[in-house]
Amino acid sequence: MSEADCPECGAGVDLHDDLEVGEILDCGTCGAELEVLAADPPELDTAPELEEDWGE
Amino acid sequence: MKIGILYSRIRQDEKLLLNELRDRDHEIEKIDVRKHQFGLDGTTANVEELDLVVDRCLSTSRSLYATRFIDHYDVPVVNSPETADVCADKVKNSLALDDAGVPTPDTKVTFTVDAAMEAIESFGYPCVLKPVVGSWGRLMAKIDSESAAEAILEHKKVLGHYEHKVFYVQEFVDKPGRDIRVVATDGEPVAAMTRTSDHWLTNAAKGGDTDAFELDDTARDLVEKASDAVGGGLLGVDLMEVGGEESGEYTVHEINHTVEFKALNGCVDTDVPATVVDWLERKAQTPEAPQ
Repeated sequence: MSEADCPECGAGVDLHDDLEVGEILDCGTCGAELEVLAADPPELDTAPELEEDWGE
Repeated sequence: MKIGILYSRIRQDEKLLLNELRDRDHEIEKIDVRKHQFGLDGTTANVEELDLVVDRCLSTSRSLYATRFIDHYDVPVVNSPETADVCADKVKNSLALDDAGVPTPDTKVTFTVDAAMEAIESFGYPCVLKPVVGSWGRLMAKIDSESAAEAILEHKKVLGHYEHKVFYVQEFVDKPGRDIRVVATDGEPVAAMTRTSDHWLTNAAKGGDTDAFELDDTARDLVEKASDAVGGGLLGVDLMEVGGEESGEYTVHEINHTVEFKALNGCVDTDVPATVVDWLERKAQTPEAPQ
């Protein structure tokens, strides 16, 4: 398991092994939703806000 | 096979699919629709060599247009833009089901607050007001009184996008605390579950409890007809039991075209992503087969 910095609060975020670009993670420290921009090396950014037409 | 995945967010559902495809050594082209241009003569996305594209866009608007372009480039895409178009809009969904003779909750559409109020009064209380586009139970209103109706309609009129000025009023179906979600491929059920809640909205996304459900012949027949009514594909067909759990009577209230299945996969014995990939492999081999 690797780690990356939360772009919102700077705390370390644990990353699981099958990290997928486009996946959303929660920062365990500040609770921000983070999008995986790159898997290797890992790069995170704050995830887009929920839009009205999202769903299934 | 070489398979494209249209997406803008990878949910657990997409990860399940991606893992299953990789386990079978299929080549995957992940297409983040936010990063690409879709032109009349082509796209910046690498789609030319793909055997099949699977639409997993979280955003309905992106799903509708991206699949339309992929189809325009003569690349096979599931679900089809026609299926997406019907499923994304509750009005079109209701009309398609009714046209196909599939029982669906009684529905009236109006374009003004006054006409909406008359429609609500004709159903009586409670009745239901839904946005024509939306998901996960958002902005659904169970209307219990005239004063509640007036307030909700005024809010929609003043605060809403123009789509909220299409008032979709529906009878309230007194379901037995649960509804049924069926994931189906071209009308063939993959698996089914109940979604149970004390709240009138039982969506898994709203926290409803899920449990495996065995479909009877009546339900299977309705799922097949409902799927055909919207053009087939990988669908989530939602049914409610009318007259109690043992009645054997159902009404189909919704069909979803970018169906989420992680909750279903967690409560049934069937390997849902594996069964879906089985179907994708068949679609890639015979993309022109009628749905």
